[in-house]
Amino acid sequence: MAGLGFACLLLALVVCAYGIGASLYGVRSGRVEFSESGRRSVYALAGVLTVAFVVLEVAFLGNDFAFNTVADTSSRTTPALYRAAAVWSSQEGSLLLWAWLLSLWSSLALFLTRKRMRDVAAYATAILLGFGGFFVALMVFYANPFATTHPVPAEGVGLDPLLRFPTMMIHPPMLYSGYTLCTIPLAFGMGALLARRVDADWIKAIRRFAFAAWLFLGVGIMLGALWSYSELGWGGYWGWDAVENASLMPWLTGTAFLHSLMIQEKRGMLKVWNVSLVLATGTLAIMGTFLVRSGILDSIHAFGGHTLGVPFVCLIAVLIAGSIYLVVSRRAMLRSEHRLDSLLSRESVFIANNLVLVGLCFVIFWGTYFPLISEALTGQEASVGAPWFDRYTVPLALILVLLSGIGPVIAWRRATLANARRNFRVPIACALLALVVLLAAGIDSKPLALVMFCCAAFVFGSIGQEFFRGARARRAMAGESVPLALVALVRRNRRRYGGYIVHIGMAVLFIGVAASSSFQHSSQLSLSPGQSTRVGAFRIRYVRPTATITPRYDAAHTGSTLSLGALLDVTKNGHHVATLDPSEGFYASDEASQGSVGSLLGGQPVSHVAMDVGLTRNVWSAIEPDIKAPRLARIVTDGNSTLPPEEALVAIAYLAREYIKHPPPTQFNFLVSPLVMWIWIGGVIVFTGGLIALWPAPSVVRRRVAARTRARASRGLARA
Amino acid sequence: MGVQIAILTLVLVGLVVLVVGAPLRRARRAEGSASGAGRSLPEDAPALSPASERDELEAAREAKYREIRDAELDFRTGKLSREDYEAIDADLRAEAIEILNRLERLS
Repeated sequence: MAGLGFACLLLALVVCAYGIGASLYGVRSGRVEFSESGRRSVYALAGVLTVAFVVLEVAFLGNDFAFNTVADTSSRTTPALYRAAAVWSSQEGSLLLWAWLLSLWSSLALFLTRKRMRDVAAYATAILLGFGGFFVALMVFYANPFATTHPVPAEGVGLDPLLRFPTMMIHPPMLYSGYTLCTIPLAFGMGALLARRVDADWIKAIRRFAFAAWLFLGVGIMLGALWSYSELGWGGYWGWDAVENASLMPWLTGTAFLHSLMIQEKRGMLKVWNVSLVLATGTLAIMGTFLVRSGILDSIHAFGGHTLGVPFVCLIAVLIAGSIYLVVSRRAMLRSEHRLDSLLSRESVFIANNLVLVGLCFVIFWGTYFPLISEALTGQEASVGAPWFDRYTVPLALILVLLSGIGPVIAWRRATLANARRNFRVPIACALLALVVLLAAGIDSKPLALVMFCCAAFVFGSIGQEFFRGARARRAMAGESVPLALVALVRRNRRRYGGYIVHIGMAVLFIGVAASSSFQHSSQLSLSPGQSTRVGAFRIRYVRPTATITPRYDAAHTGSTLSLGALLDVTKNGHHVATLDPSEGFYASDEASQGSVGSLLGGQPVSHVAMDVGLTRNVWSAIEPDIKAPRLARIVTDGNSTLPPEEALVAIAYLAREYIKHPPPTQFNFLVSPLVMWIWIGGVIVFTGGLIALWPAPSVVRRRVAARTRARASRGLARA
Repeated sequence: MGVQIAILTLVLVGLVVLVVGAPLRRARRAEGSASGAGRSLPEDAPALSPASERDELEAAREAKYREIRDAELDFRTGKLSREDYEAIDADLRAEAIEILNRLERLS
């Protein structure tokens, strides 16, 4: 079947080349049938890449080790669900996933705009097929997912143990959906500039896709953070890692665009800014893919090799140069139709919010690419750490949260000072109340966290007031009950109130971040059974060691040969709170030089974190058993010299028994973090709000509201 | 297996040609059946310029309607004084009327 897969790639390349030519010829010559044929090339690309993807999936699920990618990233003992997800753990498979998702989203975008903006859509088609062609060419010439090997290996290497977690099955497709969706506004933005049609229509066409990109990227980022917190042994959810940052940057510029596009829709302003944001977001998405796939910067998330750097750099250079040329050459038609009426208006707040978001993006960009910049300028690689990022991002995040509370209570166009004073009364009262309560509770040791809590309270006050007043106005008009009025309010103004819910979610999320990072208690120490330690208000006692052997032929095999852990008793003020059982899995390596027993444990060990999760705090634990302790190391050495590979598991069983009978002192990592749960709850609120804002209004409601507005405008027409 | 793959590949190529080439075949048929000279476009393919202008104006109209609704909501939720609301609403309606007039002229 590898032949069919590769034939699909070749066919996809031909389809891309033809589609680009047909679209450009169609739009330049006015021959609509060619533009139409170009659009259908995107559908065909989606079909062909779907077949290619299915071929690779079938190979993974069927353990077809003739495929190099299957042999390198899967094995018979990898559980079926992880085998299905292993497709995108390899360089080659992830490129195919990228191209496939791009073709699907592009098809949807072009299908929805098939009756509109034919000239813009034709250019967009060519650009999207250009991206598709680029990724397909990478697979054909550099990283072929259908490359085979002979003789066929009897067994594969298996999936990287770090990726054997449910969140990692969903995280990459979400992130890649976000990245690929970012290229759709970019393609339409470039198309609008090329077609010289930078009006309201292209903004309307791409709005939902920009929103969907923001949503998918956000979900991907949150899932990555959740994976990092609950699976990796360091206890953090964000480490300012290069790949994490790469996904955050387009999300930030995308957030800025979602705000500033409203100003263009309403006032015809900020056209240069908006089109620049769209182009920057798309380019940053490609750069994000480049970081993961080129391996150019060190990252725990970078799974690619070093072969794709040059083609990606060329693509990014073309994108940046093309974007600058288009914006500069079309600057005359991008002039604003109106000017800012007042500094006290929602437009002003949105502009401030845009500056903060882009400022955040710039800081993160500088910090992420600093190693490359430093190497280019001084010849020495240097990097910046979390304290550097925190120094600049924390104040900007505080301003951002504050602005997310100010914007909703200020009117479009112009607000009077008297109205503003009246509207700010409740939010300021909420912030002051929060300040008094927190100071009274003695939470004054971390001023920045305190400011964040007060800003969040300001947001709750501001948005709460908006919902209250909106529902009150609705009740006055329709005489509905409070719950009905609230539902009707949101249904009829999805973008506005969905956006407000997003603001609430962000405030909740930042409360979680501020509390967990400022008031965390941690302890890293070595304990023997029976010993205990105090972490914050909790006492944690090492009760006894645990050990599990899971032979590779076992049905419940998770991939690790041996798992060593501990049973921990967590108490508070003498009362039992939880029992935790952190462990570390030891995996086989394919290095025969480690010996028959050593090779069963020689792979990368993976920590299995244990937590007691609560709304107010999480007690988090990880363990690093000392498998190199003299007693245990001797068993491995003796086993290597006496046992053949087929009997090596006997030594592992003996090692496990020895670990339980004579446990060596073991290294533990404990964290007590307040309000971590609220980061994830905030994330869920953000994406619920995002979905509400993205969801199209029911056609009946839309028609009724449009008819009412038309009637009102017509009354003006009659008077005119 | 090799033959099966070759057949599957050919089927795939055939399907791609069928999907991608459909608009070209349709246009050629239309050209052939059209009496006299000139190329005729498919029925659902209006010429670019008037449709483009109408699309633009319709998008601008929808945006203006939304702006009128937003201003009303801003007033009802206490963000705009009555004087400011009436002035803004009158401006917005005038702008909406201008767009409606242009749309009417176009049709």
